[in-house]
Amino acid sequence: MFVRFFNALGGPLIRFVQYLGEVVFLAADTFRSLFTHRLRWKLFFNQIVEIGLLSQLVVVITGGFTGAVFTAQTYFQFHKIGMGSAVGAVVSVAILRELGPVLTALMVTGRVGAAMSAEIGTMKVTEQIDALRALAVYPTDYLVVPRALAMMVSMPLLVAECIAVGIAVGYFVAIFLLEVNGTYYMANMVRWTRSRDIIMGLSKAFCFGILIVFISCHKGLTAREGAVGVGRATTEAVVNASLAVLISNFFLTMLLNIIYPAGYQ
Amino acid sequence: MNAQDRQNGSMIAVHGLVKTIGAQEILRGVDLDVGRGETLAIIGRSGGGKSVLLKHLIGLMRPDAGEIWIEGQNIIDMSERNLASIRQKVGILFQGSALFDSMTVAENIAFPLREAGERDAKVLRKRVSEMLEVMELQGQEEKMPVNLSGGMKKRVGLARSIIRQPSCILYDEPTSGLDPVVSDSINRLIRRLQQRLGVTSIVVTHDMKNAFHVADRIAYLHEGKIYFQGAPEELRQSPDHILQDFLLGRSDEQLTPKAFGVQS
Repeated sequence: MFVRFFNALGGPLIRFVQYLGEVVFLAADTFRSLFTHRLRWKLFFNQIVEIGLLSQLVVVITGGFTGAVFTAQTYFQFHKIGMGSAVGAVVSVAILRELGPVLTALMVTGRVGAAMSAEIGTMKVTEQIDALRALAVYPTDYLVVPRALAMMVSMPLLVAECIAVGIAVGYFVAIFLLEVNGTYYMANMVRWTRSRDIIMGLSKAFCFGILIVFISCHKGLTAREGAVGVGRATTEAVVNASLAVLISNFFLTMLLNIIYPAGYQ
Repeated sequence: MNAQDRQNGSMIAVHGLVKTIGAQEILRGVDLDVGRGETLAIIGRSGGGKSVLLKHLIGLMRPDAGEIWIEGQNIIDMSERNLASIRQKVGILFQGSALFDSMTVAENIAFPLREAGERDAKVLRKRVSEMLEVMELQGQEEKMPVNLSGGMKKRVGLARSIIRQPSCILYDEPTSGLDPVVSDSINRLIRRLQQRLGVTSIVVTHDMKNAFHVADRIAYLHEGKIYFQGAPEELRQSPDHILQDFLLGRSDEQLTPKAFGVQS
């Protein structure tokens, strides 16, 4: 019975480890190429536009409404114990350390990760990747490197934008809708928010960007069997990248909290 | 092997190539020699591994066993990056043309040159228009691949693979899915490239007219092995019933009433 149990467990486990290995090898290959082969600047800038510029609306709306609702909910609780002016501090630290990076990463996964795996997957099933190889172009150099680099540059900026919009909208909601005293609100916020909170948020953004880009590109590059295969690859890329963001977020929090501890010290 | 291949001047030599995909043994020990400047047609049933064989010749697929020599170099153990030098010598026309659908016709054709480091827009334009002229595609520069017919796509794909003047061109089903007139124009194009550039060509096809039209020599791939190779005339006159069945398009399945589920 135990043997059967472990047999049933073994197959998926081996496949999972193999999958992780493939993604890590893709990442290693990409970083090697980044430092040893020329960068295709045009493709890089195209991807900056695709990832950074075209995500603006999504990121602003995500940041804005998250900031607004989080401010309101916190105020409803804090107001009862007469701590309405402390809301600013809670909102800013929470958005910097958690909400900003995680929600932006999930939105970027849905918008950019899906597009990446669908585009690369379509190229794969229509033999365009074989055509690249046949024309003596290494697919990682051409497809993955520009995307990975653009993601590493764009993600911290998008997260910073999301955080800034979230905090600003939270301020307006608190001051104009909930009638908190603006001076105390700002004073508390500045007092309790540290530069290490900002560093933590942006470090997370960078890590999430790496996870999203390699998981999505890998799914695209391994897509199989026509339109159905591309659809499946896209779905799996979004699901896997989202889960990877949420799971790694916990471990990143624990790790980064050692380097940049939370709270006022 | 190396020295011997150089001596007899073969451009491509394949020895004992074996490939299994999934549970299916596609190639079971293929041996093939292609001389410099020669045109070889590989014929065989659909799904018989012709395209698989072709993809092995430029390292797009890796065999389970066997050797592939290209101009005296064994490509089996070459890394993907090192294969680039081989792929500059050997061009391939894919069955579905495999044009980059995010680029225009001109960008597709210029792609190999651009990747090789050519930046001068004037030179690129000149080379592209030369290619378009050879392919009889003048005025189509700005079209996207989606808006091209099958025959045009093949010609753009061909232009893209020969713009860097390879010494060998591989054609994967160049006439499949095309009407007889367009097929004929592709056949003539293949012939013209042979004469003009003196390239070695391998044409994988199941279109017999295509094979007889372009080939100096024909190889018949049957059940994972080269069953026959020789001049087109030899093939035509061969008494072998497997070859004759293929040439005449005879299926060996007996259509009995039972096969249709009819009780006799």
